[in-house]
Amino acid sequence: MSADPILSVRDVEVAFPVGRMMARGAILGVAGVSFEVKRGETFALVGESGSGKTTLARAINGLQEISRGEITFEGRRIDGLGRGQMKPIRKRMSMMFQDPVGSLSPRMTVGDLVTEPYRIHGAEGKDLREETARLLSLVGLPANFASRYPHQLSGGQARRVGVARAIALDPALVIADEPTAGLDVSVQGEVLNLLNELRERLGLAMVIITHNLHVVHHVADRTAVMYLGRFVEIGETEAMFAAPRHPYTAALLSANPEPDPDKVHDRITLPAEVPSLLARPSGCEFHTRCPWAQEICAREVPPAGDVACHFPLAPGARPPVRETAE
Amino acid sequence: MTTLSVTGLNVWFSTEEGPLHALKDVSFDVPERRIVGIVGESGCGKSTLINAILGLLADNGEIRGGEILFEGAHDLTTLGPREMRDLRGPRISTVFQDPMGALNPVLSVGQQMINIQYRSGQSKAEKAARAVEMLKLVRIPDADSALERYPHQFSGGMKQRIAIAMALMMEPALLIADEPTTALDATLEVTTIELLQDLQAQIGCSVMFISHHLGVIAELCDDVVVMYAGEVVERGSVRDVFHDPRHPYTRRLLECDPARQTERTRVLPTIPGEIPDLRHRPEGCVFAPRCLERHAGCEAPQAELRVADGHSARCNLALAAAGVEA
Repeated sequence: MSADPILSVRDVEVAFPVGRMMARGAILGVAGVSFEVKRGETFALVGESGSGKTTLARAINGLQEISRGEITFEGRRIDGLGRGQMKPIRKRMSMMFQDPVGSLSPRMTVGDLVTEPYRIHGAEGKDLREETARLLSLVGLPANFASRYPHQLSGGQARRVGVARAIALDPALVIADEPTAGLDVSVQGEVLNLLNELRERLGLAMVIITHNLHVVHHVADRTAVMYLGRFVEIGETEAMFAAPRHPYTAALLSANPEPDPDKVHDRITLPAEVPSLLARPSGCEFHTRCPWAQEICAREVPPAGDVACHFPLAPGARPPVRETAE
Repeated sequence: MTTLSVTGLNVWFSTEEGPLHALKDVSFDVPERRIVGIVGESGCGKSTLINAILGLLADNGEIRGGEILFEGAHDLTTLGPREMRDLRGPRISTVFQDPMGALNPVLSVGQQMINIQYRSGQSKAEKAARAVEMLKLVRIPDADSALERYPHQFSGGMKQRIAIAMALMMEPALLIADEPTTALDATLEVTTIELLQDLQAQIGCSVMFISHHLGVIAELCDDVVVMYAGEVVERGSVRDVFHDPRHPYTRRLLECDPARQTERTRVLPTIPGEIPDLRHRPEGCVFAPRCLERHAGCEAPQAELRVADGHSARCNLALAAAGVEA
């Protein structure tokens, strides 16, 4: 693992225009995030639906224009590149989309699907039949699957085909959007094990987007927690799970339902009202739901850093007891 | 009284490749005022089961044998479309995984909530008042003005709560909730579970809760039914089944849940193998091909063995496995 980052995202913003004429404005789907991914590293983006995870991934892959900031991949600025310029970069940076079956064309066989990247980017004298066999065996599917169609695959098998497509061109970075969403627990483990194994064998770097914290814990080296399009906390996964410093991270971790009916939960409960991106709260944007919020939190934006909070938590901190108007 | 009692239910689908036995001898009860979880991997027949109960099986599906007794009076397998229509909605209602799909995007929430009370015979003002009352019950802030807003103006968690309010508005005897928290983040998931629990107690209905998330089942449900390949392999109280699982499949499923892995690991447990082709069911135990404890006795059809009051498993080792820790 070399020290220079393979991907560097600096202060990236994605604005979506809203309204018309005089009422024209913009909402920020991604509101200024920065992070780096090193070679061979797995980086996780966690947050609830609507927090901007997928938008950020699409921005990195050039599928979504950014309104501010810089994206550097393998030492080269890639934000603002046109389609033609982006094409060779997509060979090095591949994307696994959500919805395992929906992202596969129902009219193509598995063999065609896994070699489609070659047809788009040029096969350079590769024997496609051999490649199909190689890719299928890499992702643990029998060679005779090449003649199957997507509807004949289970969710886990369809995911494997998605993985095979993503690694076909030997990318340096794979962005996986919810790689385990909708999969059963037993199959989830299979797909994550596969990604881990490929990462080790092929030296891939990965960005995994998920709202499932358990997944993050087992695969990611570093994790960023997103809230309303910003990172509220970023750091080493292990350390974050052991001692979350941002109240939102702490609440997410404490919420995890566990398969034990007698487990006594010591939860940090948050009010369920997620603010709208159209009306971002003042100061610290989490203050409307934060059990620790103080006066300053509504007034001032927290200082920049790995934890976007005026009062980062001490390990094991519990919310102060307050009179609530229930 | 038992709200729903399913006995020996068999559902077949005719497919191009021959008849498919989707549900085999499915039996379980949803007692009055209880929350019963149905857990199993995709393809285990959860959706078929819901559709069979609701009388919404696809045209190529057929109930061949068995009975679905609702409130001790109606056998749902023999009711005509008209009688089923009278039950669906007021007596049996549903909440699905995707709240956006359940709400009409071009009608205001209030309009939709008033429309669905068309059977109540009340005035529009009374219906609107009832709608506000329900929205307050599911803790939608500012319920009066919420009536005028449209689904897209609410967050995912709020939309799901609105869908729950609509499902419970007619005070049904049975609520069928199909993966209602899968799309939500961990904090919202917990809030939604707690809300369902509260509402169920207030309205006094029974709930059939379908999920593949074991943690949610453990937290929410009184009883659990474990399904595999269209069969009920184990059922009992949540405490009995989760603390003393007697079917090898239940044990493996619990092991696979990443929430059980508190230590960080790069290799997650899985259940190798695939669900058998339901057109060619194995003669004996349906889980045997993937079972680590398989022996000669598994080649014969398995009877459901009673482990304790209300706890049974379809495995010939169910009674021998006492003391085996999951």
